[in-house]
Amino acid sequence: MMGAQTSAIKPRLLAPFALSGPATLFFIGLVLLPLLLTIILSFNSYDYTAGIQGDFTFANYLTVLQDEYYLSTFWRTLRLALLTTVITVLIGVPEAYVLSNMRKPWRSIFLLVVIGPLLVSVVVRTFGWSMLLGKNGFVNGALAIVGLDPVQLLYTETAIVIGLVHIMLPFMVIPVWTVLQKLDPTVEAAALTLGASRFTALRRIVFPQAALGILSGSLIVFALSASSFAIPGLLGGRRLKMAATLVYDEFLIELNWPLGATIAIIVLVANLVIMLAYNRLIERQAKRKLG
Amino acid sequence: MQRNGPIALAFHSLVVVFMLAPMVVVCLVAFTPENTLAMPWNGLSLRWFGAVFHHGDFMSSFGNSVRLALLAATISTLFAVPAALAITRYEFRGREALNALFLSPLIIPHLVLGVAFLRLFSLMGMGGSFGWLVATHAIVVTPYTLRLILASLTSMDRNAENAARTLGAAEWTVFRRITMPLMLPGISGGWLLAFINSFDELTMSIFVTSPSTVTLPVRMYMYASESIDPMMAAVSTLMIALATVTMIVLDRLFGLDRLLVGKG
Repeated sequence: MMGAQTSAIKPRLLAPFALSGPATLFFIGLVLLPLLLTIILSFNSYDYTAGIQGDFTFANYLTVLQDEYYLSTFWRTLRLALLTTVITVLIGVPEAYVLSNMRKPWRSIFLLVVIGPLLVSVVVRTFGWSMLLGKNGFVNGALAIVGLDPVQLLYTETAIVIGLVHIMLPFMVIPVWTVLQKLDPTVEAAALTLGASRFTALRRIVFPQAALGILSGSLIVFALSASSFAIPGLLGGRRLKMAATLVYDEFLIELNWPLGATIAIIVLVANLVIMLAYNRLIERQAKRKLG
Repeated sequence: MQRNGPIALAFHSLVVVFMLAPMVVVCLVAFTPENTLAMPWNGLSLRWFGAVFHHGDFMSSFGNSVRLALLAATISTLFAVPAALAITRYEFRGREALNALFLSPLIIPHLVLGVAFLRLFSLMGMGGSFGWLVATHAIVVTPYTLRLILASLTSMDRNAENAARTLGAAEWTVFRRITMPLMLPGISGGWLLAFINSFDELTMSIFVTSPSTVTLPVRMYMYASESIDPMMAAVSTLMIALATVTMIVLDRLFGLDRLLVGKG
């Protein structure tokens, strides 16, 4: 029971907790608790007739980290996510630069063209790629017109990377564009006036300033690519699995939830480790620029 | 500011073609009169659009997705407004941690969230209800509402509030007449981003929807991975049309670059 004296002060002190309380409870109940349950689940064993056992074992982690199939899927996930990130940098950074050099109406129109697809469902865009890359698809149709043999594109890693790059490009263009907007255009002009070649001006003036945007963009792109589901699901077919489609299979087809949970937890931990390491890198970069 | 040379413009055109190609193809194929995914070389037909509107599953999933996104965005906003006030207006222990907790759905892959929700609901014995699906979506979209509301609160001129207080306005009046109106652009922008993200969410939803609560993206994913006929293209075209209208409205209201890129 609160005394009359303290009640005069208490409301101010309690206010932030009263305001954030509902959201905090909501997030504890629906983020922290389910994650904890999933971690516990990953240490349970699974029996194909009896279901999930309430024991504690490292067997799932040992299985995942020793089995050829799971290891190769993790390796593919890592490889394709890295490749996607590199290609997205190579396309997204110059594109952001070209956009920022455009004049008034065109600049906002083409910015909409490049980042607007974010508003279109990933399933729709991936379906579009499956039509373009299919055996009788439009890419092969175009090859036939030129007189080349059809190539198998759909259900290959190439198809997955093409789809990923398409989905991820806006996430690279946005941060780089934001950084370039803050750049003083007269500095680049000064470099050119002082006799620097276009390339030197880019390399010495624009690129170092855009580096922060590129770093944060590639972090988002890598994280989203490594855990993407629809693209490997629709463009990789039944054979080429990535981490997300693997978890889906374990949960909804094999019904081996503990093993699925193990893979999910590994994805989560890998994601967090990479994000923290990368954030460190970005902070160092930011400090060097400020200091 | 430099002008773009011919090489830059050629590169730019390729990027634009790359970004638009899958969507243009989808829209063209949707008008085919054939039974297969073919270009409509031999005349246009609306038969596959008709098929969509007579396909009960697609229509009910569309209804599910709209109701879900409306509820999730609204609930998330109701949580985010007081939380944002607490985070920006008060110094208290655990403030940074709370902020991180509320933004965590951006860092935790949706795949992991989906698995975690599935486990929670199966233990509670309440898988598959629409109410719990709304709750999961409210969690996933809260970072979007919170971020925009936080931005509007931190960029706000506090002098207006102080002036009102000095002139004798009560705390509640200050909030209602000054703070709230100034937060409104952040709230409405955040709500819209939340709506769009909930409406398009696939990876988490595929784990937590039941046959009666299947959302449109999940229905489309299932349909696209099993049968491929032009109806999928017709649904996709309708989605693209919807997204285009949304994009134009958002651009008129907020400036799409400001909403998606942040304060630019």
